[in-house]
Amino acid sequence: MCLGIPGEVLTLDVERPGMATVNVGGARRQVNVMLIEEDGVAPGDWVLIHVGFALAKIDEEEAQVTLSYLEEMGQAYRDELHALSESRID
Amino acid sequence: MGPGGMRFVDEYRDREKAQALAANIATLVEPGRRYGLMEICGGHTHTIYKHGIEDYLPEEVQLVHGPGCPVCVIPMGRVDDAIWIAEQEGVIMTSFGDLLRVPGARGSFLDAKARGADIQMVYSPLDSLRIARNNPDRRVVFMAIGFETTTPSTAMTVLRAAAEGLENFSVFCNHVTIIPALEAILASPDLHIDGFIGPGHVSTVIGCEPYRFIAEKYGRPFVVAGFEPLDILQAIQMLLLQLRDGRSEVENQYTRVVPWEGNQKALQAIDEVMEPRPTFEWRGLGWIPDSAMRIREKYARFDAERVFDVPAIRVADPPACQCGEVLRGMIKPWECKVFGTACTPETPIGTCMVSSEGACAAYYNFGRFTRLRVRQAGSA
Amino acid sequence: MTQRTEQEVLERIERIRRRRPRITDERITLSHGSGGKATHTLIDAVFLEAFRNPLLEPLEDQAVFSVGAERLAFTTDTYVVSPLFFPGGDIGDLAVNGTVNDLAVSGARPLYLSAGFVLEEGFPIADLRRIVASMAKAAGSAGVQIVTGDTKVVQRGKADGCFVNTAGIGVLERPVRLSAGAARPGDAVIVSGPVGDHGITIMLARGELGIESDLRSDTAPLTELISLLLDAAPQTRFVRDATRGGVATICNELALASGVAVILDEQSIPVRPEVRGASEILGIDPLYVACEGRFVAVVAGDEAEAAVGALRSHPQGAEAAVIGRIADDPPGLVLVTTGFGGMRIIDMLVGDPLPRIC
Repeated sequence: MCLGIPGEVLTLDVERPGMATVNVGGARRQVNVMLIEEDGVAPGDWVLIHVGFALAKIDEEEAQVTLSYLEEMGQAYRDELHALSESRID
Repeated sequence: MGPGGMRFVDEYRDREKAQALAANIATLVEPGRRYGLMEICGGHTHTIYKHGIEDYLPEEVQLVHGPGCPVCVIPMGRVDDAIWIAEQEGVIMTSFGDLLRVPGARGSFLDAKARGADIQMVYSPLDSLRIARNNPDRRVVFMAIGFETTTPSTAMTVLRAAAEGLENFSVFCNHVTIIPALEAILASPDLHIDGFIGPGHVSTVIGCEPYRFIAEKYGRPFVVAGFEPLDILQAIQMLLLQLRDGRSEVENQYTRVVPWEGNQKALQAIDEVMEPRPTFEWRGLGWIPDSAMRIREKYARFDAERVFDVPAIRVADPPACQCGEVLRGMIKPWECKVFGTACTPETPIGTCMVSSEGACAAYYNFGRFTRLRVRQAGSA
Repeated sequence: MTQRTEQEVLERIERIRRRRPRITDERITLSHGSGGKATHTLIDAVFLEAFRNPLLEPLEDQAVFSVGAERLAFTTDTYVVSPLFFPGGDIGDLAVNGTVNDLAVSGARPLYLSAGFVLEEGFPIADLRRIVASMAKAAGSAGVQIVTGDTKVVQRGKADGCFVNTAGIGVLERPVRLSAGAARPGDAVIVSGPVGDHGITIMLARGELGIESDLRSDTAPLTELISLLLDAAPQTRFVRDATRGGVATICNELALASGVAVILDEQSIPVRPEVRGASEILGIDPLYVACEGRFVAVVAGDEAEAAVGALRSHPQGAEAAVIGRIADDPPGLVLVTTGFGGMRIIDMLVGDPLPRIC
C-alpha cells in the first residue's frame, strides 16, 4: 500500500490540465500531477506515483548523491578486500 | 543499465553495494549489545523480507515490525460496515486489491462478491470516479484506506467529484495518521526500540518535522528511508552511527524523493476535504484520539457514512488472533499461537496475514525459509 | 508455560502444509478459478473425490492411455476470457492453442479438436464469425482439425457473450513419458520465452486500470517448439505450458509431485520491460502471471545447453533460457534467489491477482 514507484513523464494532457501520461518501463498510465504542479512538471521529469497521483518529483541530483555515497562505500569495501587479499603471506 | 532495467529502482538493488554497507554496519555495532530498530511502514516490512535484508545484518541488530500497514490496522467492524454498504441496493463498491480478502465477521469482500455484491477492484480513486461517471444510475462508493501517503489522493478525488457535480459518488473514509500510532508505540512500557526506520512515502506528504518529538522528547534516532534494499540498509547504517555517537536526530535518507517540508499542496487538499475524528479504533492498538480522518460537513454528500445509514457495529477480534501484539512489535509473527496453523495466507484469521505488507504474510511467504535454512545450517 | 522455539513452529507449519487440504468454503469464489491453492483444493476435494481413477490421479494437463497399439493423449479446457478480443488474439486463438498445447506438452502430436460454444442471447454473429475465423486459422497453423462441436444459447445475462470449450486428442509417437513427478536433483529448469505477456495484456485490455502499453498476448501453438526440445534433449522429464497461475504455479506443482526443491534465479527469468513495469505498478509478481504460448520444461542437467540452443533456433523460442535447477532440499518448495543475494519462497498462489485471463 505504500506502493510508490518512479515513472517518467511522457506528455502533459492538453485537454485535461493536471493530468499527464507517465511511463513505467513501457507501461503507460494517466497520472494526476496537480500535487506537484507548482514545482513545474515537464516531459522527461521523473516522478513518484502512488494510486494514480504524482506525490513528488524525483530529484535526480539527490539520487546521484545517494548513489555516489553508496558507490564510494562500495569502492572502500572493494579496496579493503583487495588489500586483504594482497596482504596474504604464503 | 540495459533495456528492461528500471531506473531509480535497479541501482538501489546492487548486491555489491549491499555487502559494502553490511560490512560498514558490522563495524558500528558494539559486540554483545542488542539493538532493536523498528520499521514502521508495511512497505518496508515487505522489502525487508523480499530481499532478505536481515541476512545482511549482524546478530546484534533486530528489526521490529511496526503498525504502518493500513490494511492491517483496520478493525473487523469497519470491514463489516463496508460490506453492509456494498450490499445496499444499486451500490458499486470499489476498493484497492489488498482489501479484497481481509476477513470481517461475515467474511471478506471476496465472499460478499460471491454472494452477489457488486465489488470492483481499482488501482486509483480516480478509477472509482470514472465508474461513477459511467454508471449514473448506480451509487458508487470508494473504500478509502491508507496513511498520509494515500489521503491526499482521496481528497483530490473528492474535490474533482465536487467540481464535476457528481451526485452518485461517495467515500467510506478509513484514512489514519501515523504520528498518533507512533506515540502509542512509544508510550508502551515493554517495548525496547532504539531507533526508527521512518516511512518514506508518508514523509513525502507530511515532511520530516513531525518526527522531531521522537528524537527530542524520547531520545530515539529517526531516519526516513526509501523502499529499495540499499535505502533500508543505508538508513540502518545512519541509525547505528547516531547510536554510536550518542545522537538522537531526525535524518532523511530518501532525499531524492522526500522534501524536508513535505508537500504543502497535498496537506492543503487533505485539510480542505477532511478533519480529524475525535477518536478511531485501531486493530490491536485500541481507540486512539485524533488518529483518523473523516469527511468535512462541507463535503457531506461525498461521505458514505452520511449517505448511508451505516450500522457501525463494533466487532471484537477472534480470541485466537494476536494481530495486535504483532502490530505493536510485542511478538514476532511465528510467536503467534495460530501462525501458520489455523492462520495462513489461504485461511487468514487476522489482517497481518492477509495484507501483502503484513508482517505475518511477509514472514510466511518470504522469511520462513530463510530462518529454517539458517537454523538448519547452524545446527549442522 | 514452555515457549515454542522458532524452529519448532516452522517444522509444525511444514507438517501442516503436507496434509491434504480440506475445503471449507460454501460457495465458489473467484480464487477457485485462479489456478492457485484454492483451485487445487477444489479439484482435490470435489472432483478427484468423486471421479477418482488411476488416469485422473496424476492431474497432469492431459490423460495418456493406450488404445490398441497406440498411446493417445486426451484433454479439455474451457475459455472464459474477458475481453473476448485483445491485442495479439481472441478467445478463438486461446481455445485452439491452449488445448493443442495441453496435448503437445505430453509429447503428443495433436490431431483433432472438438469445439463447444455457450452463447449469450444478443451476442453479435459478426463477433462469432471473427472468433470462429481465428479458430480456423489457429487450427491450420497448429496442424489440427476441428471435427465435432456443439452450440447452446442461454438467456441474456447468463453468459458473458461467449464461452468456448475445446477437447483434444493427440497421438504419442515418441516413447517419452513426461511427468511432473519425474524431476531429479541436478536437472535444469527452462522457460521458452518471456513470462507474463498474456495475463498483463488481458489485464490492461480490460481498461479498468487505465494502463496502456504495446504488449500483445503470446498465444501460440507450441507443438513445433516442443518437438525441437525433445529432439535435442531426449531425457526431458517434464513439460507444461504456463497458463493461469504462471511459472510459479507450475514450479510448485512440480516440486510437490517430484518431492524436490525448485531453485529459480530471478535474474535469469526473461520478462519484457512492459510486463515488469505494469507488474510494479499493480504490485504483482510476473512469476504468477499467465502466459498462453510459453512452456516450462525440466531437462537433464547435461542436456540443458543443447535444449536452449535448439529452442533459440526457432522464432518462438528466441528468448528461451535456463531459469533454475532442481535440488533435493528443501523438498516440495520453490525458492528464488534474488539479484540482491537473498532467497525467498515462491508459494502456490493464494487469491487471484488477475481474474478471467484465459
